[in-house]
Amino acid sequence: MTKARALTGVGAVLTAPLRLVARAIDPPMRIWQRLAGQNGMALLFLAPNMLIFGIFVLVPLFINFLYSTTGGTAFFLADRPDVGLAHYQRLLDCRDYTAPRSCRDDMFWIAVWNTARFVFFQVGLMTLAALVTALILNRAIPGKGFWRAVFFFPVLLSPVVVGLIWQWILQRQGLANLMMVEVGLSPINWLTDRFWAFAAAVGVSVWAHMGFYTLILLAGLQAIPRDLYEAAEMDGTAPFRVFRRITLPLLMPNLLVVVVLALIRAVQIFDEAYVLTGGGPGTSTMFMTQYIYEIGFANLLRNPGLAAAASILMAGVLVVLTLIQLWLARRSAGAGAGGGRRP
Amino acid sequence: MRKLLATTAAMSALALGGAQAGDVRILWYSDGIEGEVMQDLLNRFMEENPDINVILDNVAYQVIMEQLPIQLAAGEGPDIARVTNIKEQAEHWLDLTPHLEDPEYWRDNFGAQLDWMRPDGTDIIPGFMTQLTLTGGFANATLFEQAGVEMPALDAHWSEWVEAARQVQESQQLEAAFSIDRSGHRITGPIISYGAELKSEDGRPAPLDEAAQAFITDLVGWTDDGAHMRDVWVSAAGTTYRAGADEFINANIAYYYSGSWQIANLAGKIGDTFDWIATGSPCGDAGCTGLPGGAALVGIRYTQNAEEVGKVMDFLGREDIVREFSERTLFLPAHRGVVEAGGLDFQTDDENAKAALESFVAASSSLMEQANAMPGWRYANAVYGGMVSRISQAMAGEMAVEDIFERIDSDIAEQVAAADSSN
Repeated sequence: MTKARALTGVGAVLTAPLRLVARAIDPPMRIWQRLAGQNGMALLFLAPNMLIFGIFVLVPLFINFLYSTTGGTAFFLADRPDVGLAHYQRLLDCRDYTAPRSCRDDMFWIAVWNTARFVFFQVGLMTLAALVTALILNRAIPGKGFWRAVFFFPVLLSPVVVGLIWQWILQRQGLANLMMVEVGLSPINWLTDRFWAFAAAVGVSVWAHMGFYTLILLAGLQAIPRDLYEAAEMDGTAPFRVFRRITLPLLMPNLLVVVVLALIRAVQIFDEAYVLTGGGPGTSTMFMTQYIYEIGFANLLRNPGLAAAASILMAGVLVVLTLIQLWLARRSAGAGAGGGRRP
Repeated sequence: MRKLLATTAAMSALALGGAQAGDVRILWYSDGIEGEVMQDLLNRFMEENPDINVILDNVAYQVIMEQLPIQLAAGEGPDIARVTNIKEQAEHWLDLTPHLEDPEYWRDNFGAQLDWMRPDGTDIIPGFMTQLTLTGGFANATLFEQAGVEMPALDAHWSEWVEAARQVQESQQLEAAFSIDRSGHRITGPIISYGAELKSEDGRPAPLDEAAQAFITDLVGWTDDGAHMRDVWVSAAGTTYRAGADEFINANIAYYYSGSWQIANLAGKIGDTFDWIATGSPCGDAGCTGLPGGAALVGIRYTQNAEEVGKVMDFLGREDIVREFSERTLFLPAHRGVVEAGGLDFQTDDENAKAALESFVAASSSLMEQANAMPGWRYANAVYGGMVSRISQAMAGEMAVEDIFERIDSDIAEQVAAADSSN
């Protein structure tokens, strides 16, 4: 009792300055609340965050847009001539958008289509793999914690490390070919054959990120009430029907979040694919971000304006995907508030 | 890790406004041991000039290529820098003329390369080349001998070298016959030797002519039939540089076309595993030439310590210092006096390396005029970059070789237009 009293005394001394500050700012806050109402208070509390967001996100976005309307190779806006929307015209100048070679900047459209293909296969495969893994890890298997850690471990690795590890495995004289030769198979040009290089980029990306999405789905699976499964078991429902009629519908909000998050991440693909394949063979694995990097930074003669225009177009796609995610999140929250999860 | 920390420290120092008054800060990158040699020389300079403190910031090459241009554009940066993108950033170099003890000595001895680093139409002295490089080939003499294939003569055509290397490939079961680095710079020498005119009359890049198209067609054909190592070119997109050195070091190919800067690398990694020789550049229909280039040490015009910079450069440009630097680093010197005096005692026990250095020194005096003019041409990088990615597409089977020429021309034209609109 004496000890508790002493601790309370110490706490009071330590927090005294804070209470002093709180008392000092209380009157102006009350005045502000009276003048601006509840919304005004919300604005006041949000202001510091919005200021940081504005400085580090909105201002760079605006500067990026300004860059996209200037030409030349100089770095600073003041030294760059105004070209209006010429970069956008160049990027969008196409006879047939599905045939990159008919476009003035065919590399941009090659990158767009490569990214679209990558997103389709990577998101599809990863969602499926994450779902299957989550279903397995949700069962009563021995060493469940260990297996969860195993699947999550690649998420902790730097994308560059992931790229380098898999490059070491898949290169011409790498581990994969060594093992194939050992078992009597012919080696494969994993990284210099167009089909295999693309497959490798997709596969490595799935391997690297699957663990994160598995955890999201696992959390969703564990939130499904057990009594539903017990009722289905008592009714003698077949396992696949249980999955289709109970698990899948109740997991759908999590699945949608996974799909949208994975879509956003896949559109931005760069690091591990760049390290793994360098965008090759030819341009088979050159994605949007690499195109922007090459044009803006890596080329011997840089074109920051064109790179900025391409990144604004890419940002547009990401904004749409983010809005979809927000809409789904709100819808999911609305469904939750309206009675919880019931089939 | 040490290099990363040093780079971070150096860039932080630059960001904080560069050197203090009286200090001279040098931004330097190393391919081999030249950073250590330079530090040793600078220590000697500081003993002779105790009032000047010289700081050598040894950074990654990428810092020189990607971060230094941004510093320079902001009117900041080190006092002196070692750079390879010499012509395009020429507006940022300091005219050392009023700060040098004897500018005539500089014009006499470094004059042949001063145009490479000057803004067009000026006669300033921005610095000097710390090393001259020259593209050229290397042959695995042991493999040729084991295959019983006679090595082509020094004036042999490209097709003869490829054919000989192909015979070695078949005999020794090699992955490929030969490899050229994935670089526009590397294939420009062969293209010029085929007779290509890359520059039009107005000084801008000319559309690829028949000679340029012929070499590119040959190169893609050699790749398709397995003579040229496909992986080196096909394993990247864009203008990413890929060297074929490891394929040569691992004896996966019989012939390797790169340049003089590889000598120390080959000597260090091959050791006595096999014998190799420098072959100079194979010939085309118009002649036999490599492409010169190199790294320059230049003063930066935003320095606050121009007098001190002049003193440091005077010291480093001295004939005895250039000679010592070249002998210890195995670099080809760009100092006329040193070259003419000859008798360089390159400090290596590797006989292959010594012979290769002598071969490159000899080849540097027989370059085609067009090749010699490339480093001083402001559009050279546009041409180099424009070719690489399209040739890779043809090699990967994405485009027919006949279809890439028009694309190369339009890519180069777009880059030239972007460069011109900045001026």
